[in-house]
Amino acid sequence: MSGQSLVTRLSRRERRVTLEQRERLAALAFISPWFIGFIVFTAGPMIASLVLSFTNYDVINPPSFVGLDNYQRLIDDPRIELSLKNSFFYAALYVPLMMVVALALALILNQVGKAAGFFRTVFYLPSVTPAVAVGTLWLWLLNPRVGLVNRGLDLIGINGPGWTTNPDWIKPGIVLMSLWSVGSTVILYLAALRNVPVELHEAATIDGANSLRRFWHVTVPMISGTLFFTLIVNTISALQVFTEVYTMFFGNMRSGTASSAGLFYNIYLFRQAFEFFRMGYASAMAWLLFLIIMVLTFIQLRFSKRWVYYEGA
Amino acid sequence: MSVIQHSRTPQERLASVIGASGPGIDQIIPRLLFIALLIGCSLVFLAPFAWLVSASLKTRSEVFSSAWIPDPFAWNNYVRVWDAAPVLSWLKNSLFVGVLASVTVTLSSALIAFGFSYFRFKGRDALFSLVLATMMLPGVVTMIPVFLVWDQIGLVNTLWPLWAGNLFGSAFYIFLLRQFYLGLPRELFEAARVDGASYFGLWRHVALPLTRNALIVVFVFEFKASWTDLVKPLIYLYNSDLFTLPRGLKALLDQFGQGGEMQWEIILAASVIVTVPMIVIFFLGQRYFMEGIATSGLKG
Repeated sequence: MSGQSLVTRLSRRERRVTLEQRERLAALAFISPWFIGFIVFTAGPMIASLVLSFTNYDVINPPSFVGLDNYQRLIDDPRIELSLKNSFFYAALYVPLMMVVALALALILNQVGKAAGFFRTVFYLPSVTPAVAVGTLWLWLLNPRVGLVNRGLDLIGINGPGWTTNPDWIKPGIVLMSLWSVGSTVILYLAALRNVPVELHEAATIDGANSLRRFWHVTVPMISGTLFFTLIVNTISALQVFTEVYTMFFGNMRSGTASSAGLFYNIYLFRQAFEFFRMGYASAMAWLLFLIIMVLTFIQLRFSKRWVYYEGA
Repeated sequence: MSVIQHSRTPQERLASVIGASGPGIDQIIPRLLFIALLIGCSLVFLAPFAWLVSASLKTRSEVFSSAWIPDPFAWNNYVRVWDAAPVLSWLKNSLFVGVLASVTVTLSSALIAFGFSYFRFKGRDALFSLVLATMMLPGVVTMIPVFLVWDQIGLVNTLWPLWAGNLFGSAFYIFLLRQFYLGLPRELFEAARVDGASYFGLWRHVALPLTRNALIVVFVFEFKASWTDLVKPLIYLYNSDLFTLPRGLKALLDQFGQGGEMQWEIILAASVIVTVPMIVIFFLGQRYFMEGIATSGLKG
């Protein structure tokens, strides 16, 4: 140490600084594609979308500033309320049902030995089916007269409803279709179930807990993190359902009862933007949805502290 | 092992595969009920596929019948789809977009993820939080301005907007690959540094080869996302020659389905054509799909 001259010590520090600088430059080079994409495809468009929401813009003529008109129209337009109600009704019906079905299937698979992989594949197959094909197929399956669903119900003596024609049954029919694609959640739950320590179940059994009590007091708390994660992610995505329903009930030359009962928020937004070219109004709709999703997620996060168990927390 | 298996009854063999242990009668009956439940659930999931393929092979007059086996087999439906629409172009477009979208997003996300994992620089964590935050943003918020950008540079009604955005990485894949990179021992990189590797070399020759599986996970997920997407083709493609398969199927449904001439056998045959390639790819890359779903749970 004492042999080291001031000069060498200084030059060493200098070299370290340049190394640090070089590392920073290299890091910036590595992340620069993200940064460019962030500006061009996220941050810039977010600002542009907010600005557009205060204008009327039909792509052909230059945008004209209209102040809060579009937001006033959000309140006045009865189809906004309708489509929001439709989307919330769908999400409120689909998300809990989906979680229950997925958990039930995962619990079944958790009891299966070597063949679990095979059944996991079976349950996941609908999830790799293109959404347009899912919508088309289910329009056919839900056909009130000739569809497989009502034929199946017929076998057990139930006169199936008009899934694609009766306004009251259109959304339940869409929920049924969505439940078919439950596979990825099943796989997540199965992975979570397999992480529950066997010792906990053994200890509970020794304490005299039956299987139902073990499920409520051991399994559910131990997988509550995963349950919560799927609750948030699926609520957000359920409010944004588009492709399957648009395929079934909208597009060229389509109208009818479904155009009201199946008018989900994102479908209405898409039609405003790309069928009627009301870009300003559609931008205001997009910001309303963003706000709703943020508020919902915030509420869910607040509530999660009461019932989600995090290991080590 | 196989000798023991052969000496059992089929039920017992099945039970042993499914995981039943004791042969006691009080256990076998619940076990059989359980197996019936499992098979019943599987049939519910598989029946729509069977019904789809069956109906796609029925004649016009038979397509509304309740028979599971078509009689006669109308293979001709597939020829008619082929004649009615430029299906080959759609297939080519889907493949072109799918491969480009997956390759670009895999490489760019890997590059970016390396920047966020190997290097330690001021503001890194804040910046990475920003990456994660973008996942929360609903797609519709940016959808319109992004369309206007592509419109400005004159690339609407081309295939470019369907994949070129992937050149800049994707938040979820960046997150996923970063998890893998953080798991690599740092000594590996230090050894390569001593051997004179550049930073790019560290990524290219150390990080990439060691995370091959993760890259395949990203590739198959993006391929699936691209292959199944309808929204972008709806927004950006007007000429039917440029359509991808899902956009084409939607066009056929509008033409021959409820709004049009009610030729369900044509539409269902087209649905099979759109679905089969994805199912094949799923079976080829099954373990990567499963790995990807398991890792995506880490987000929570």
